[in-house]
Amino acid sequence: MMMSGAVLYVETFKEYVGTMETEFLSMTHINKRYAGVHALKDVDFSIREGEIHCLAGTNGSGKSTLVKIICGVEQPDADSHIVIGGQEHHRYSRMDAVHQGIQVIYQDLSLFPNLSVQENISFNELLSGSRHLVSWKNSRTIAKKAMQRVGISITLDKKVADLSMADQQLVAISRALTNDVRLLILDEPTTALTKKEVQALLSVIKDLKKHGIATLFISHKLDELIEVADRVTILRDGEKTGTFNGDELDDKKIEYHMTGTNTTYTPYHMEPDTSHTPLLECRKLSREKNYADIDLTIHHGEIIGITGLLGSGRTELALALFGLNPPSSGTCSLNGEPLDLSDVQNVVEQGVAYVPENRLVEGLVLNQPISKNIVMTVLDNNLTRLGLLDDRKLKQKVDQLVKELEIKIPSAESAVKTLSGGNQQRVVLAKWIATRPKLFILDNPTVGIDIAAKTSIHTIIKQLAREGMGIIIISDEIPEVLYNCNRVLVMNRGRIIGSFDAKQTNEDEIQSFIDSHAL
Amino acid sequence: MKKLLERHETYVLAIIILLSILITSFNPNFLTLENAFDLLKSNAFTGILAIGVLFVLISGGIDISFAATATIAEYLTVIVCLQIGGSMLFAFAMAVLIGILLGMVNGYLIDRFSIPPIITTIATMNLYYGLLIVFSKGRWLYTLPPYFRSFADIRILTLSTANGLPYGISIITAIWFALMLLASFILNFTRLGRSIYAVGGDVISAQRIGIRVRMIRVSVYSFMGALAAVAGIVQALLVQTVAPNSIVGKELNVIAAVVLGGASLTGGVGSVGGMFLGVMLLAIVQNGMTLMKIPAVWYDVFVGLVIIISVGFSSWKAKRRSSGAIIDVQEAPRTHSEQTAGGSR
Ligand SMILES: Nc1ncnc2c1ncn2[C@@H]1O[C@H](COP(=O)(O)OP(=O)(O)OP(=O)(O)O)[C@@H](O)[C@H]1O
Ligand SMILES: [Mg+2]
Repeated sequence: MMMSGAVLYVETFKEYVGTMETEFLSMTHINKRYAGVHALKDVDFSIREGEIHCLAGTNGSGKSTLVKIICGVEQPDADSHIVIGGQEHHRYSRMDAVHQGIQVIYQDLSLFPNLSVQENISFNELLSGSRHLVSWKNSRTIAKKAMQRVGISITLDKKVADLSMADQQLVAISRALTNDVRLLILDEPTTALTKKEVQALLSVIKDLKKHGIATLFISHKLDELIEVADRVTILRDGEKTGTFNGDELDDKKIEYHMTGTNTTYTPYHMEPDTSHTPLLECRKLSREKNYADIDLTIHHGEIIGITGLLGSGRTELALALFGLNPPSSGTCSLNGEPLDLSDVQNVVEQGVAYVPENRLVEGLVLNQPISKNIVMTVLDNNLTRLGLLDDRKLKQKVDQLVKELEIKIPSAESAVKTLSGGNQQRVVLAKWIATRPKLFILDNPTVGIDIAAKTSIHTIIKQLAREGMGIIIISDEIPEVLYNCNRVLVMNRGRIIGSFDAKQTNEDEIQSFIDSHAL
Repeated sequence: MKKLLERHETYVLAIIILLSILITSFNPNFLTLENAFDLLKSNAFTGILAIGVLFVLISGGIDISFAATATIAEYLTVIVCLQIGGSMLFAFAMAVLIGILLGMVNGYLIDRFSIPPIITTIATMNLYYGLLIVFSKGRWLYTLPPYFRSFADIRILTLSTANGLPYGISIITAIWFALMLLASFILNFTRLGRSIYAVGGDVISAQRIGIRVRMIRVSVYSFMGALAAVAGIVQALLVQTVAPNSIVGKELNVIAAVVLGGASLTGGVGSVGGMFLGVMLLAIVQNGMTLMKIPAVWYDVFVGLVIIISVGFSSWKAKRRSSGAIIDVQEAPRTHSEQTAGGSR
């Protein structure tokens, strides 16, 4: 299922011969205003044929908005000027973009969960042809071919809703690589992928480039950007700070152009309180086909990092500790009291909080205001003596969290769905932090969050730990666990196979330990 | 086999079989061809409406106004036919036109002003039905054009009972089945059909991929309107009178039948086969009660129970299936020295 050794079978693409300097797309004076937000301010932007172009910027800086305009989903304000393939477009729709060969992979993937893998991949073809009848045989060939191009195989008849996030992403990529694609746009394609899969994806992109297909991609992982980009455009608060050649940038410089400042990682060196009863003590937790023999001790004020490959059982273990995936054997206690892991309600009441991995789907009521989303979990604790909601107290809480997490919002009453992806994620974090849990489990807490905000979220996590909270951070990014945790655990195939003291190890050691156990 | 067990339809079929055995053990008349043909005829009205509802539910919408649409189409058509003569073909064509028009209004309102479909169609139901009652003054029509009777008596297959009475497959049943085939074809083999599933699965994804969502919605509600109109005429054929108030009020039963057949109220899921089983299950419950001499007042209770058991069971199965990923846990327990290997450095 991984894109290992992704080979691109491209008989269908013509070998590219044009010069690199021809502009495929050029846009000038792009403005976009939403009610109350000026999301793009007079942005000029161009993409050359066959180039790899990256779009960087903090959360809410307007990246996704620009992408939506390029692919015709949103229309820019008047006076904007769009030229694609040498042709000027006045009213530019999604179908125009499709005809120009622009394919997009969205931040939320935009697949059809109720349809099969095969149908999702071949849907473009169904819409673009002039025939009104479906040929299932044809659809199957298309889907097979597309997956071959990406170098993967997923059961074609599976419903997309039943796939893991990573597989869904691969389906979205396969879907976008139709025969006449000229520009492939990826909005944060790598958030749910592990390092290995990212490498495979990048090699697919490089291969596309050889055939004259341009790629535009957005990512918050800066090192990834620089590695492959011909050019990088940086946005800050809806304005373009500049377009740079890939080789004149490093991550410090990108960060500077994005935020106007530079941040540094400070390791977490707070000593956990080992004199008291440990906060959490688990012995020999096992569940068939999920995890086995998990021994875990967390003290007050301790931050534990869990890393390992995708599918190593990290998420299953996290779910177990939250009562959603109960063990069939083993014991667990919280503050010395036995903790019944077969009952979420009880686990939450005992003070365990969990921020899931695909929190965009699981954590939010998109149509509801930000404020309501944040206080959703704490309504019971904020009642007046009459049992009514204490509005003033709730409002204070919302304001404080919005400030702490630097959530960029027009007002606490706007609907969550109008926020940028990264800001939506912060709302989920705020929601759980509001409960002031004793044990806080975070599954990839900073995926899709920009570099500046990452640091501030880490600062908050460390502050929570200093106040005595025990924290588990699950992450693919080794630096994230290394610089924010006391201890780093490595999982593989459902077991904890290594434990590192963060002070006495380094990135390379952990990485090679993981690699040496990979299948 | 495993695939079959995952399908909702299998469970509905199982319940139908169990019920049939139960009913037959009380009254062997149940399991006769005559009774089966009769069920297929008398439920054609519900069945045709259910096809339309299936489309609407798959697209992620809901329609409450179809019974009103059916009544209007039926009433107006019969009045016009009485005036000008006409023919059966003319009657169907005219009714369908009226149905499409009324359905289109629903679809357009829902998409253009993004009013939730349930609100829109409750409003249009009241509007349509109210207008009909105002203008018809609630009058029943007892005499239909003569071809309504002769058409209703057509059988496409005639057998006879032991004592020589003819029975068989009615033309009405044939119309229902033809429409089901058509619907199944549209849903499974046309761009339109697949787009309906896509819109029901995720509207935003549908827009982004370039599906014209408004066109789909208007089509779906127009189709519902057309089928409601056909059902209206079928109703007239079945009972040979037209009463402005006889259909309105049956909406929920039809929706229940479709949901029973596996369609989801949140959209994107449903099949013609499932819908047929759903309609038949409710029909059999009703029929069985008559045959077992249970008072009709119990009908609603049984319907409620059947829905809860059937829908509940298959959601429970689905939930069990989705919990927990499968990880290939490493076999041999690791030795202790290896466990601490990393930590001691
Ligand atoms: N439909 C909408 N209504 C109102 N405001 C919106 C809407 N969509 C986006 N915005 C606002 O426009 C701004 C830019 O959002 P955009 O999604 O482009 O950010 P982004 O750069 O993609 O951020 P992220 O990295 O978090 O995904 C944000 O302030 C956002 O709140
Ligand atoms: Mg975005």
